[in-house]
Amino acid sequence: MLSKDQIAQRIAKELQQNWYVNLGIGIPTLIANHVPKGIDVIFQSENGILGMGPFPFEGEEDADLINAGKQTITAMPGAVIFDSATSFAMIRGQHINLTVLGAMEVSDSGDIANWKIPGRMVKGMGGAMDLVASAENIIVAMMHTNKRGQSKLLKQCSLPLTGVKCVKKIVTNMAVLDVTPQGFKLIERAPGVSVEDIQNATEGRLIVEEEIPEMIF
Amino acid sequence: MDKRVANVQAACEGIESNMTLMLGGFGLCGIPENCIAELVKKNVNGLTCISNNAGVDDFGLGLLLQKKQIKKMISSYVGENDEFERQMLSGELEVDLIPQGSLATRCYMGGAGIPAFFTPAGYGTEVGEGKEVRWFDGKPHLLEAALTADFAIVKAWKGDHFGNLIFKGTARNFNPMMAMAGKITIAEVEELVEPGELDPNFIHTPGVFVQRIFQGEKYEKRIEQRTVRTRQS
Repeated sequence: MLSKDQIAQRIAKELQQNWYVNLGIGIPTLIANHVPKGIDVIFQSENGILGMGPFPFEGEEDADLINAGKQTITAMPGAVIFDSATSFAMIRGQHINLTVLGAMEVSDSGDIANWKIPGRMVKGMGGAMDLVASAENIIVAMMHTNKRGQSKLLKQCSLPLTGVKCVKKIVTNMAVLDVTPQGFKLIERAPGVSVEDIQNATEGRLIVEEEIPEMIF
Repeated sequence: MDKRVANVQAACEGIESNMTLMLGGFGLCGIPENCIAELVKKNVNGLTCISNNAGVDDFGLGLLLQKKQIKKMISSYVGENDEFERQMLSGELEVDLIPQGSLATRCYMGGAGIPAFFTPAGYGTEVGEGKEVRWFDGKPHLLEAALTADFAIVKAWKGDHFGNLIFKGTARNFNPMMAMAGKITIAEVEELVEPGELDPNFIHTPGVFVQRIFQGEKYEKRIEQRTVRTRQS
């Protein structure tokens, strides 16, 4: 099984030269630490910056420079700041090459639920609905099962949806899967995890073709 | 032309109970601290507040929530506030949650004279319930209406007598669109300068959108999530 940091590390291998990338809160944020050598990507934060850098050194925090998680950040050389409407024009207009976000549930047709649990305090969707509705390339980073051991990869989402038919790829602590018209297609296994383990932890339609390789880091 | 007003009291003149206000900011970044404090003092209530977030318990819009001055919040994310949660769950506070990009664009449209736009955000979710759907390029879109407000209250870094504004860092966020969408727009700035001092090439909000401007005091600029890295020795 992968740690959260290893999930981020595996997703980082998907990054391509000169991509603009939007990372959600949680596991996706960790991807910035694993950008492969020789690959230049620019991180967007939807509150209005392209070229988001690492956290500032202690004592250099600037209240006027935060990311969408309200964390203090830095700006890389060549960074640019803009307003929220421009920021979502980049997202809606598909100028951002990759969006990575967390999820509570994903269905085998690519629906995603990640903003609301009935009966619990609703915090809001933030920018997630805009991101999933428009991004051409969406990777979900999440654990394969929830805290009660139930699959988060389902035939149909049970929670209120954030978007429909939008997720393209999922990287969990157990596997890498593509979302295809026929369901989840198993691409890679985490080290030490068998195809059977993944089948048992996946409630939605799972396609297993030929030998499934183990992930290489 | 001179849009300067003497102080925050003069800036907030005419704001009454049951009005709709837009307030700039993302989290606690770029919020109009002086005007929020004045609204608490004025004790206006029944307010509808359009703002991306709702502050924290003891800062930002949380200060108005504590005194139960807000009737309805229109926001995209409201997570950081216990009093907000209490009022929402007890039904005292009405909450309309809107996808962040739709919120930003709806404010922009309110100021730009565009009554509505189609966006894919929220299609197939509860946000889309009851909204008109149209298909463009093989993809479903929701019709979302423009937003306006009786007063828009924004915070900028620098401004001049004409109401021209420059923002600093990610404190820009929702402020420029909200400045456009207020029937009356109040700008509080950290530094009020003479016309001509701001380079026209680098003004973010043209003064035509702003009716009142003043220099704010004692900016606290609270940090919500202080995240740092340690220096490698």
